[in-house]
Amino acid sequence: MEEMMTQPPAAPQAPTTVPGFGRALKTEEMVISMGPQHPSTHGVLRLELVVDGEVVVDVIPHIGYLHRCFEKHCEHMTNYQQVIPYADRMDYVAAMSNEFGFVVAAEKLLKIKVPERVEYIRVIMAEFSRIVSHLIAIGTYGMDIGAFTPFLYCMRDRERVLDIFEETCGARLLYNYMWIGGLSHDVQANFAGKVKDFCRYFRPQIKELNDLLSYNKIFIKRTANVGVLPADVALNYGVSGPVLRGSGVQWDLRKNDPYSVYDRLDFEIPVGKGLKGTVGDCWDRYMVRVHEMEQSVNIIEQAVEKLPAGDVAAAIPKRIRPEAGDVYVRTETPKGELGYYIVSDGTASPFRIKVKSPCFVNLSALPAMSRGAMIADIVAILGSIDIVLGEVDR
Amino acid sequence: MKEMLLDALHNEALVYTLMAFVPLVWVVPFALFAVWWERKISAHMQDRLGPMRTGGWHGWSQTIADILKLIQKEDIIPAAADRKLYILAPYLVFAGSYAAYAAIPFSAAYVGAGINIGLFYIISISSLVVVGLLMAGWASNNKWSLLGAMRSAAQIVSYEMPVALAILAVVMVAGSFDLQEINRLQSGWFWNWYVFQKFPFLFAALLVYFIASLAEVNRTPFDIPEAESELVAGYHTEYGGMRFALLFLSEYANMFAVSAIASTLFFGGWNSPFGEYLAGPVWGMFWFLAKGMTFIFVQMWLRWTLPRLRVDQLMYVGWKVLIPFSFVIVLGVGFWVMALR
Amino acid sequence: MVTYFRDIWDGLVTVLIGMKVTWRHLFTPAVTIQYPDVKVKLPERARNRLYVNMDDCIGCDQCAMACPVDCITIETIKSTPDVDLGLTSVGTKKRLYVPVFDIDIAKCCYCGLCVYPCPTECIKMTDVYEFSEFDRQDLIYRFATMTGAEADAARAKLAAYEREQAAKKAAAASQAAAAPKAPAPQGGPQAPQPPAPASPSTPPEQKG
Repeated sequence: MEEMMTQPPAAPQAPTTVPGFGRALKTEEMVISMGPQHPSTHGVLRLELVVDGEVVVDVIPHIGYLHRCFEKHCEHMTNYQQVIPYADRMDYVAAMSNEFGFVVAAEKLLKIKVPERVEYIRVIMAEFSRIVSHLIAIGTYGMDIGAFTPFLYCMRDRERVLDIFEETCGARLLYNYMWIGGLSHDVQANFAGKVKDFCRYFRPQIKELNDLLSYNKIFIKRTANVGVLPADVALNYGVSGPVLRGSGVQWDLRKNDPYSVYDRLDFEIPVGKGLKGTVGDCWDRYMVRVHEMEQSVNIIEQAVEKLPAGDVAAAIPKRIRPEAGDVYVRTETPKGELGYYIVSDGTASPFRIKVKSPCFVNLSALPAMSRGAMIADIVAILGSIDIVLGEVDR
Repeated sequence: MKEMLLDALHNEALVYTLMAFVPLVWVVPFALFAVWWERKISAHMQDRLGPMRTGGWHGWSQTIADILKLIQKEDIIPAAADRKLYILAPYLVFAGSYAAYAAIPFSAAYVGAGINIGLFYIISISSLVVVGLLMAGWASNNKWSLLGAMRSAAQIVSYEMPVALAILAVVMVAGSFDLQEINRLQSGWFWNWYVFQKFPFLFAALLVYFIASLAEVNRTPFDIPEAESELVAGYHTEYGGMRFALLFLSEYANMFAVSAIASTLFFGGWNSPFGEYLAGPVWGMFWFLAKGMTFIFVQMWLRWTLPRLRVDQLMYVGWKVLIPFSFVIVLGVGFWVMALR
Repeated sequence: MVTYFRDIWDGLVTVLIGMKVTWRHLFTPAVTIQYPDVKVKLPERARNRLYVNMDDCIGCDQCAMACPVDCITIETIKSTPDVDLGLTSVGTKKRLYVPVFDIDIAKCCYCGLCVYPCPTECIKMTDVYEFSEFDRQDLIYRFATMTGAEADAARAKLAAYEREQAAKKAAAASQAAAAPKAPAPQGGPQAPQPPAPASPSTPPEQKG
């Protein structure tokens, strides 16, 4: 269990006299625990709030409740392929993205080049994973703010994507689909049709979501100008993903450090502009996610058009025994920059796999965003960071 | 009805006591129905089905099953709680909501107590709810309940002003506080209803009254006291089982009471929209209940559409938006009424 | 001042737009089904409960080694040459008894990694997902069809066979030692030399 202290909480600073009024009322800062069991903490997270009345003076996240020793497990796997089901389970909401990062890293270590078909299918799956993760982020965020209905609409749309996943690889949530060197199954014959159907279905749903939630005045009042994270602070903390882009920084690994076939696809990177409040507030981060879903649909449509023929299992090695060495590869998951640092000692079993988790880093920026906010805003700010504790704790 | 009972029983005290139970005949089944209806409406708005199995057809007896479950629960009172206040609080909350039914006419032939200061009585007696809430929060001996209860009390007290001012506008037009009289003045076809009179002032008064009454009954977007995703569950955190059921029953009773007042003041109460067609004492009750249920439906519709306001934004809406608007409405209606004289 | 009125107007309008969305949804059919009265048909690749066809299992242990959570336990006993265990459905000859083939389905992570290495495709993921049990021990699926007595008999038979083989080897060795010395080795590939006589205190090697 780690305690993340960005700086020690300030000692209570009650004045003893108030000019013109004599002796002041003695106030005390209170420490509240938004405990591990809470409807809005998106998992088992404990937030220690130091509050002065209604205003939050400091937030100290306590994590580690979901630590499952992923990195240590990997050292005992008999081969690299067995790591993939474990990698799925870090950010369990967007499992394809975790797998993608790992296989790209392992393929770089093994110096394997995968067929084009595999690359395009991987991109399609990763973008579906982005849509699915953002749907959960948006749905649960609405629920935290008090709007229960958009959550159900997001879940309904998510189910359609999960149906596509289930047809392709057999599982709805944790796939074990992207293998080192290829994929476990080729897509079914009706894949392109189903994907295009979904894209056609989904665009109006985004518009409906905007009508219901994004541009609703009450939602805007709850999220605009709340939890502002200035761009320089964001960069100093090392946050990534929609949290960073919400603060106005145009940085997306798919464009700035392309991997797979992203450099052949045409899409935009939405960035927070402070349309309804300040740049870097909760509304900006939320809208970046909504716009990213639209862009993902664009990417999927292009990729499914360009999908070449080929054998998805052609480059899967019979035996995975990389040379001794190390590699670090980072990919853009829905939560941010996921990095895998793989160290190999020349055997079939990984020597060390270290994961740089985007949610972990984004969560560390929570105190910077929430000093001066009210208790009710903490829920809004936490929801806008979009953390999944499985990835924070691994 | 009072006369009938007096003739039969010849005992005024007994008659008045019995009359006090008559609105319960509506309120309790209504609350059971409303919980089911809310679940069904929320389900269909969310593309799902809601209760389907309990009792067969669309789970109609789901609420009854829930009540039976709640009755069987162990009655837990926190050890450090103030026992007397803890037990008394839900009854006070219920009494405050229920007492308003005395002056609301369900039909031309039935009104619990036809007092000529009906509206004034209703506004005053429903303030009893605040006392009950504060009692519930204090007696729970839980600082979060207390915080929630104080916020709740602040919310209800601040929104009583727009409610009263909106009602005042109607009273100025009607010239009376008596709800039966207000009903009678709106008889005829539906264009006689007050919502269409003195346009746009009384229409604006309806909007102000409706929004303020949402805050009075703690419905979204003003449901901070019940927000599960906030830090605390509000004044009823420590209440479980039947006591909690009673608090919920009083919330639905309150919802219907304010809907009934809104339909009486602005939509003609027990008057038929078609003049003398489909009118009469029994038809009157039907129209009254139907209009009340329409407002309940709108309240539920809003709950499942809107997010929640933060407590300071809620106070802003009450004090800085609704009150100025209601002042303007009162001025406008006042001048209009004076000009006609 | 203008922002004040615009905010109020925005508030009312966006609320009404939102209400229109939910009103419309009141009349769309539900997307949920009434499970368990109605069940969704799973696609053919669906990965749910594991099933092993023991007739085809050759005891190669590939699935147990591939499993990332070690939920498969396999024990094998070599069969003696006089026993014919039969062929699998793909034509391979079975040479091992499999007295223990346990899958702890509670540990299984449903990744399907065990399915791919099986040479006879006898382990499969089916579409069964309703297999809750009241007792956790009931979630250990024992697929082996041999009884304990049969397994013991097979082990005893193997031990006897190996003792026999070792005795034969020892007899052959002592016979070779007693025979006249073999001719001197020629150049090129060496003729096999008679083995050194085994010392009587060394016990015959146990295999298996």
